[in-house]
Amino acid sequence: MEKFGASFLIAGVVTFFLGFFLQGAMPVMTLSSLPTQTIEEVAQDVSPHFVQLASDYPEEFKKYFGEPNPESFAKALDMGRDWYIAEACWHCHSQFVRPVSNEDLRFGKVSTADEYQNELHLPQLFGTRRVGPDLSRLAGKYSNDWHAAHLYKPTSVVPYSVMPEYPWYFDENKRPNERGLALIAYLQWLGSWVDEDGGGAQ
Amino acid sequence: MQAVERQLVNHDLVRFHLIASATFMAISMLGGLAYSFQFNQLYPFPGVEWLSPGRVRMVHTNMAAYGFIANAFIAGLLFAIPRLTRKPIFSDALGWVIFGAWNLIMVLTIVGILAGYAQAVEWGETPIFVDPLVMVGLVLLVINMSVPIFRSEESGMYVSLWYFLAAFAWTGLVYFMGNYLPQFWVPGAAGAAITGLFIHDLVGLFVTPIGWGLMYFFVPVLLRKPIWSHALSLIGFWGIAFFYPMQGVHHFLLSPIPMYAQYGAVVATIAVEIVVITVIVNFFGTLHGRSEAVRGNLAIRWFYTGMIMYALTCLQCAFQVTLTFQKIIHFTDWVVAHAHMVMFGVFGFWIFGFFVELWPRVYQRPWATPRLLTAHYWLTLIGLVLMVVDLTGAGLVQGYVWRSLAHWGDSVIASMPFWTVRTVSGLMIISGQACFLYALWATARGPARSRDSLPVGVATEPIG
Repeated sequence: MEKFGASFLIAGVVTFFLGFFLQGAMPVMTLSSLPTQTIEEVAQDVSPHFVQLASDYPEEFKKYFGEPNPESFAKALDMGRDWYIAEACWHCHSQFVRPVSNEDLRFGKVSTADEYQNELHLPQLFGTRRVGPDLSRLAGKYSNDWHAAHLYKPTSVVPYSVMPEYPWYFDENKRPNERGLALIAYLQWLGSWVDEDGGGAQ
Repeated sequence: MQAVERQLVNHDLVRFHLIASATFMAISMLGGLAYSFQFNQLYPFPGVEWLSPGRVRMVHTNMAAYGFIANAFIAGLLFAIPRLTRKPIFSDALGWVIFGAWNLIMVLTIVGILAGYAQAVEWGETPIFVDPLVMVGLVLLVINMSVPIFRSEESGMYVSLWYFLAAFAWTGLVYFMGNYLPQFWVPGAAGAAITGLFIHDLVGLFVTPIGWGLMYFFVPVLLRKPIWSHALSLIGFWGIAFFYPMQGVHHFLLSPIPMYAQYGAVVATIAVEIVVITVIVNFFGTLHGRSEAVRGNLAIRWFYTGMIMYALTCLQCAFQVTLTFQKIIHFTDWVVAHAHMVMFGVFGFWIFGFFVELWPRVYQRPWATPRLLTAHYWLTLIGLVLMVVDLTGAGLVQGYVWRSLAHWGDSVIASMPFWTVRTVSGLMIISGQACFLYALWATARGPARSRDSLPVGVATEPIG
């Protein structure tokens, strides 16, 4: 009896690891040759939108982030990513462009694995649903001000939008607070590493 | 230690897990309903950080999986394993510790997600600081449940126990893999492969084997006849055990994950659907000659309705997993429809069957309001079918509008009527659950009868 029962436990362990090897470990090994960057390394290349943010909201930026430099950019990206996760943005916006369904025409360059080899994709945020559009080519498509208005009340700039409003990313003067600035910096970073212009359609 | 002879089944533990399951089901469904209003631009709590729709969505899915389904499954295991092994669970005290720990985890999960500490792992948004507690809870559960299986002096081991033991091995491994590897060690596309494996294994290696194991227990007991074919049971178990764990990447098809892993996932998925057909055939073979039970016994009706849903989702899966279908349907509401059909239409329905059978037993009294239970069945079934048909259609519309390169807004505006119908279908399901919860409450408060006066299946016989 005992031996017989143990065989099902063992079967569970063996089949789990077989599946894990084929579907998890092998992709990990295939992609392990790609270099992985830390957030600080990513932030060396300070986004022009982050510099712009410092002049768009000078008082708030000064108060929370000081000067637009690699250190403050790293802090903003990290914090922005955390709130992107906390609000589950990734449940309604994907972060990869597929090579089918004209997605390259709509969003921009088809995604490749090397784009995701940094700590800001730990955990990965590919997403599985698009209520709103893909965000992996978002950088520069809209201004910082547009993002601020859109986060505060999406229907103010996109009347048909079903995106929730996020007034808690703004202070009493309706100007972005620390989390708001960080989130805008993160959104404006997405796809900033792609040289070519994004897709024409929205 | 056992001065007083222990009862084989601890009915109080079963009862409290059922109560917890019903409670978290209510929370999950109210969350889902509130979230659906966001899509009609009618969200009831706009601008409230703690009730932001994105956070409420995660409460909806996590409470469905871990609050509603897991609690009811633990209740089912607590009932089935001692009866199959003729040994009580390892320790009743440990059972209460697990009950307390698991439901503390649920409360912490709700609070953590609403406060902004969700983890970015689909179906695993439980905050990172709660995950170690979940691991401990799962290990304790496995100990408590597998000791009677290994102590059993029965000559053979019934098919339900195969599934339970395999699930005990799988569940902890799956939870650790999905919640830790992509969070701390594996970034990007490789992390997505692991996450896909987690999303898939949670359904395939936790919910599915325990669900089927309990079906193999309850269906023959209620029909008072053995399972149709032992050979098909064997094929079903080993086929599922072999093919189910190797298809995780099918959640991220056409993504930057290496293509060989994607092709492998597609092939394994189609293979498991073929295996699943053998399981379905086995259960319908068992029903043959006793099909009037579908009319007379509400638990059997829930079970077989769920199995028809299972057959449909698996058939659907074999097609939608192909790259051809993926071009259009991925990222759309089609997938949302599929998820609801599996998690609620199959496993939720089976759980309602467990409730129908177990609730009168743990309270030692018959159902006080059988008519409400019938209303619960029809409202839930019609509501769910409406939701699935509606969202599947919405998915096709969204997929084709996106491919046409029309403005993104066109896909949102085209979806709005579908989203209105979705809210209506949700209201139907919720009104069904209101009937159900009232029936549970009224029965619990009804006049007591002795447990012996409730032979198997009789609790539900009067229902038309």
